[in-house]
Amino acid sequence: MKLIKLFACVAIAISFVSNAADKAVEMPLNMTKGVTQISAEVYQLHMTILIICAVIGVLVFGVMFWALIHHRKSKGAKAANFHESVKVEIAWTIVPFLILIGMAIPATRTLIAMEDPSDADLTIVVTGSQWKWHYQYFEHDIDFYSVLATPREQINGRWDKGENYLLEVDKPLVIPTDKKVRFLMTSDDVIHSWWVPDFAVKKDANPGFINEAWTKVDKAGIYRGQCAELCGKDHGFMPVVVIAKEPEEFDTWLADKVEEKRKAQEEEQRLLAMNMTMEELMSEGERVYLASCASCHQPNGMGLPGVFPGLVGSPIALGDVDAHINIVINGQTGTAMPAFGKQLSKKEVAAVVTYERNAWGNNTGDLVQVKDVHEFVKRSL
Amino acid sequence: MTTLTENPNVAATADTHHGPAKGLKRWLYTTNHKDIGSLYLWFAFIMFLIGGAMAMVIRAELFQPGLQIVDPHFFNQMTTVHGLIMVFGAVMPAFTGLANWMIPMMIGAPDMALPRMNNFSFWILPFAFLILIMTLFMEGGGPAFGWTFYAPLSTTYSSDTTALFVFSVHIMGISSIMGAINVIVTIWNMRAPGMTWMKMPLFVWTWFITAFLLIAVMPVLAGAVTMVLTDKFFGTSFFDAAGGGDPVMFQHIFWFFGHPEVYIMILPAFGVISAIVPTFARKPLFGYASMVYATASIALLSFVVWAHHMFTTGMPLFGELFFMYCTMLISVPTGVKVFNWVATLWRGSISFEVPMLFALAFIVLFTIGGFSGLMLAITPVDFQYHDTYFVVAHFHYVLVTGAVFSIIAAAYYWLPKWTGVMYDVTLAKAHFWCSLISVNLLFFPMHFVGLAGMPRRIPDYSLQFADFNQWISIGGFAFGLSQLIFLALLIKACRKQGKPVDAKVWDGAEGLEWEVASPAPYHTFSTPPKIK
Repeated sequence: MKLIKLFACVAIAISFVSNAADKAVEMPLNMTKGVTQISAEVYQLHMTILIICAVIGVLVFGVMFWALIHHRKSKGAKAANFHESVKVEIAWTIVPFLILIGMAIPATRTLIAMEDPSDADLTIVVTGSQWKWHYQYFEHDIDFYSVLATPREQINGRWDKGENYLLEVDKPLVIPTDKKVRFLMTSDDVIHSWWVPDFAVKKDANPGFINEAWTKVDKAGIYRGQCAELCGKDHGFMPVVVIAKEPEEFDTWLADKVEEKRKAQEEEQRLLAMNMTMEELMSEGERVYLASCASCHQPNGMGLPGVFPGLVGSPIALGDVDAHINIVINGQTGTAMPAFGKQLSKKEVAAVVTYERNAWGNNTGDLVQVKDVHEFVKRSL
Repeated sequence: MTTLTENPNVAATADTHHGPAKGLKRWLYTTNHKDIGSLYLWFAFIMFLIGGAMAMVIRAELFQPGLQIVDPHFFNQMTTVHGLIMVFGAVMPAFTGLANWMIPMMIGAPDMALPRMNNFSFWILPFAFLILIMTLFMEGGGPAFGWTFYAPLSTTYSSDTTALFVFSVHIMGISSIMGAINVIVTIWNMRAPGMTWMKMPLFVWTWFITAFLLIAVMPVLAGAVTMVLTDKFFGTSFFDAAGGGDPVMFQHIFWFFGHPEVYIMILPAFGVISAIVPTFARKPLFGYASMVYATASIALLSFVVWAHHMFTTGMPLFGELFFMYCTMLISVPTGVKVFNWVATLWRGSISFEVPMLFALAFIVLFTIGGFSGLMLAITPVDFQYHDTYFVVAHFHYVLVTGAVFSIIAAAYYWLPKWTGVMYDVTLAKAHFWCSLISVNLLFFPMHFVGLAGMPRRIPDYSLQFADFNQWISIGGFAFGLSQLIFLALLIKACRKQGKPVDAKVWDGAEGLEWEVASPAPYHTFSTPPKIK
């Protein structure tokens, strides 16, 4: 039945032909030259091979179409009977082989340069997780998650789509220009692939393993990419945004970030002594839920049966509070439920647990405060 | 049966009294290679339409940016099951069907060597696909991890229907292996006297080599799915680093199967094209021996190139260089094939019957897919192409305008032999032109979309890709609908509507299959023919 319904929708979709076109942004027709020396070399290689292929194509198809036009039976062509020629066979084996060697030399040179991440000025650990990126500045005590910023309403067609639809995040990665930046890629769950076309960097983030890549950006600017490896339901919704800043500006940004982090810790301390009201917790909880939980458990808390469990009436949401806090903070091994302890502040955990216990008819009336979460964390240490 | 005619090649007409059983039993119990060939071919065509319908769902969702028709989870199920059905349900059974029909007739054998196993290898297939398609309607949905089912997405992070997916792939694998054994045994043992190895038609040669590839790699696939099964349900950690395993090892195992698999789907196509081109150029194939050697080289090389699907997984530099060079090498024997076809055309006496039209389209479009394949082999550039629509364009050029076009060409080439009537040529030409135009509208723009940076397997995309995706979708719907022309034509032909044809349907055709009557009698070559 589901399929039949789908096909009916196909017809409706066709009637929208003119719709998508009005806001379309110009698409480049070729690979980007990018903004690094490596990406320019890669572009050059791409063009070289493309041109060699095009020339061979024109020659081969030229001969073929010449034959198709001139050696037609309808034009009275009589078939010749030549076949088998060792000389010709050797020629069309050797010549392509030589062309291949010509292609392999520059390709090898570029590849060796791409695979040399030594002497980096800055190291960033890039961790993929369903469906966001986490960036940690190795030498500095800074880390944050980078999540899709495009509102659900734009995706569902309720709002007009913005210029950077699906290519915008809440907190972009910031790197300095003219410095060699090394990326260490890994993953918390499935395989992801971190890709910024302008850097010609695409590297898989494998759970349990670390991959290396590097870039040295020539030009300040905002560069956008996407996850390239199928990583589950929202694979299409985990973009990469990198802002390259001049080194001085980057240092300022870094200092601001450190300061920001200190303030956040102070705020957390202050909240420990406070009780939030149900309304405050619920509205904050809803925000957190929609940002971090809804892509699996769904905005209505029903989950996707057989894939992601629902929270409405679930034993976790209605049962022991500590067990509920535990699964949010530590995740559930062997399932898709990740650990949110690193990602959410204690206030956010408190709010989202409260929300899940009181939304969609889960009327437990439980209020979870920041200090409850704090005590849970202390107990479990 | 008891009397032999002067010419043993037409002796087959003698056993008309020994015809097929009637009704459903004929098809259920049949051990006749022609019946089983027809079953395979019809099954493949039905699967082609079902897999195509899923492609339509994909293209409808991608018609414009935003989520309109399906949710992302169902979208992933569509891309996955579309791939599985097209590879294992459409292309492979279609070639097995052609092998069943044609190999015994081409080598002068009365049937396949192992007829009961032949029946069994076909009849388990519908159950495999029934199980696979059923999962779409179960809680949790069907497989949603891509046809490549990379761990741990297919283990820890998949729904419980994965068990049924694994079972279904096992059945497909068993079926393929049995089919392959049958082909090898038949060719090895049942060639008519005088049919020496280097006299065999190229279709027989390519299938012979393909069958060895199948036997070599289908067990590897079976191993991969079994490890996925035990990782998911029985607590093993083959692909889980936390237990000492490695998710990248899954990809090595999968592609060690997967790369020979793509040659399994294209080598028989080379055989088909090598039969059709000389027929309509009325000139012998330029280099028969070099075609055989090229096929064998491609088959051997296919075992040492698998990791070119994995350049971004973080291989050591030496590994990347090795797999880049080996992959580039494959273009040499493939080039030899294309050059040979062109040299066969040169100074021929060419006419453009429908099988020839598809064969010529194959040569041009498959070569375009070959070029993009060569581009993808260059590791540094592959980092940009990998997992984008450029790859989607590449493998659809080699599999749709390559493998599928060759199957269609084969059907148009041998259909009159099978049915005894000439099909509706007007419909066939309409089918060709509609397919040719729409398939290029469908797949050519994908190159540009990929170069511009659109990843594959995404249900929604940024606005810059909107216009091209719209065109691609229109091409997709048109290509899908064009296949209904083929369906109509096939139904007409199978009902024997059309002018009866002679034994030698095409004036330039060579080979034993053209020496038996049209339609081919139920039993052919009960007495082996004499080969000149």
